[in-house]
Amino acid sequence: MILESLLVSAPDWAIDHAPVLIPVVPLIMAAMLALSPSGRLSWILSMVATAASFYFALLTLGTVQSTPGGIIEYWIGNWDVIGIEFRVDALNAMILLLVTGMGFLASIFAWTTIAAEVQKQKISLFLSAFLLCFAGLCGVTATGDAFNLFVFLEISSLSTYALVAMGASRDRRALTSAFDYLIMGTLGASFYIIGVGFLYAATGTLNMNELATQLPALSGNRSVQVGFAFIIVGLGLKAAMWPLHQWLPNAYAYSPSFVTMFLAATATKVALYAMIRWLFTIFNPDFAFEQAIFTFILAPLGIAAMVICSFQAVFQTDVRRMLAYSSVAQVGYIILGISIATTAGVAAGLLHLFNHALMKGALFMAIAGICINYKGTTIRDFAGLGRSAPFTMAAFAIAGLSLIGVPLTAGFISKLQLGYALFDHGWWWAVLLVVFSSFLAVLYVGRILQSIFFMPPANPRKTRKEAPLMLLVPLWILALANIYFGIDANFPAGLARDGAIAALGLEAFP
Amino acid sequence: MWDFILERAGYWAIIGLMMIGLFIAFSSENLIKRLVGLSLFMTTICLFYVTLSKVTGGTAPILLKEDMPYGGAGYTAAAPDAQLVAAGGERFAELVHTYSNPLPHVLMLTAIVVGVATLSVGLALIVRIREAYGSIEADELRAIDIETAIAQEAEAEKDQHEAAA
Repeated sequence: MILESLLVSAPDWAIDHAPVLIPVVPLIMAAMLALSPSGRLSWILSMVATAASFYFALLTLGTVQSTPGGIIEYWIGNWDVIGIEFRVDALNAMILLLVTGMGFLASIFAWTTIAAEVQKQKISLFLSAFLLCFAGLCGVTATGDAFNLFVFLEISSLSTYALVAMGASRDRRALTSAFDYLIMGTLGASFYIIGVGFLYAATGTLNMNELATQLPALSGNRSVQVGFAFIIVGLGLKAAMWPLHQWLPNAYAYSPSFVTMFLAATATKVALYAMIRWLFTIFNPDFAFEQAIFTFILAPLGIAAMVICSFQAVFQTDVRRMLAYSSVAQVGYIILGISIATTAGVAAGLLHLFNHALMKGALFMAIAGICINYKGTTIRDFAGLGRSAPFTMAAFAIAGLSLIGVPLTAGFISKLQLGYALFDHGWWWAVLLVVFSSFLAVLYVGRILQSIFFMPPANPRKTRKEAPLMLLVPLWILALANIYFGIDANFPAGLARDGAIAALGLEAFP
Repeated sequence: MWDFILERAGYWAIIGLMMIGLFIAFSSENLIKRLVGLSLFMTTICLFYVTLSKVTGGTAPILLKEDMPYGGAGYTAAAPDAQLVAAGGERFAELVHTYSNPLPHVLMLTAIVVGVATLSVGLALIVRIREAYGSIEADELRAIDIETAIAQEAEAEKDQHEAAA
């Protein structure tokens, strides 16, 4: 396979240091970009950095799959347990591949849309912030240290606030939404770190693996339970878990379209990964209090998200806002999958996480392509675009169908898996709610598609204007991936299953 | 009962400060006041960690002379660092003095840096908000936003009628 030939051809140092090079390369490159005089040069450098991270992520995945046990341990500076560890298993290898892949595709099309939406002298700094955000997300995914996770989380969040605020040149509401995001995001990270403090007080270690070995003996300890609650609320805020999602619709609707695409495809996914890591690897679903949380908190919140936010999405007039609400609903599906706490459930959640990144990435990328040539992102502005920009809109339609879960698309496969997992668990009523929420998705995606393909253009003078080629290529890669993984789902489903097995600490790669 | 409460006086203070910070961050309409609340909240976390690290009777975690390897005198340039590191694990038992746990302090150094960065990004955003809106009161900002949205909607309606006609 491709991975094996990559592993054979890679130099030894690359394989040895791959886990840590994934965040380090973009981190160093970000500092260089801030000094770069030309915007075009920094775009090329940012592409190089994300491509390097993608390459190292592939190497990491290959190494994880070929080592028995499936775990890479990387002690930074050889400090052993007192230092920071990067620990990669099948679960983070999958998320790393997803984040770096989406980051690479995003940086390819970055130039065309940034040049249209960001002032010229700020392009280098903008891309520098993007790379910082990217490095932070990779770091959160790769690290095996609870406090290090907080630092990387804040690196990515702080640069995200700046990136969201850059939308102010088009709509000043970007500033207020960035500020709200800053308040909420910082509170989330602070809650996380309070929780880590409680766990440190109880165990005296910050290493996730050490925590996992010490916690079963302490499961009745009050400070462990309090720490758990703080961590889940903090990460839930970052992941836009249902009642904590208020920052998300505004942040997605007003930030530059490039940022929306990147955030929608990666940021919440990484927070969800961290949540899975804490719920299953560090804490153990066998703890009595965690079972109660799965059944009485996470599952109802997931269901509430997918029903209520789908409803809210139906009544939006702005396309990006509608898709943002739909993102919260999809997070609900993933959380519902996680809350079953079986291998099948977590695997379905992870598969949906992967597919959701593919479809939201494609949808927001198509919108970015529209924003270059046409003004406005309300549904009315999209009228008749099917005729003026057929290639962009065809990809949009494919991803939209995948979002609904039409057979032969990736979204169908993951909803099917989720349904199977729910049935196995005996929650047939939840399957009905999933179907109902998919029906709501038909309504809101249908509203956009109807406007695009069956309405006359609002302004007949609009000429035929496609998105530039640099955007169409990554867009169609994502759109075709949506179809390909809907027909042959072996690759993502295998990744998700291995990831779920690794998360639950069962025997991986026998 | 009173012993239980008074023994944990530090924690009560932390809980109180934290709640005050959280309340300010949520209830104020003025954006700067919200940031003040947020930074109070973050500073209290530092207090929390530092309180955790306190060992009863412990002094600041800087090695005193008696606890240095080779009685302090031997610690010259000649003493290789690698030896210090290798011996680090077993030296807790031989320490003459009690020290507080240094690790939470170090963690909080990082958290302070994060807090400063958050505060500066927040203040920069407020400056931009003031430039764009001319106000930093959240309720006024909402009112301005709604007004503009209604105006834009009306304009779009008008355009559509003109296009239809």
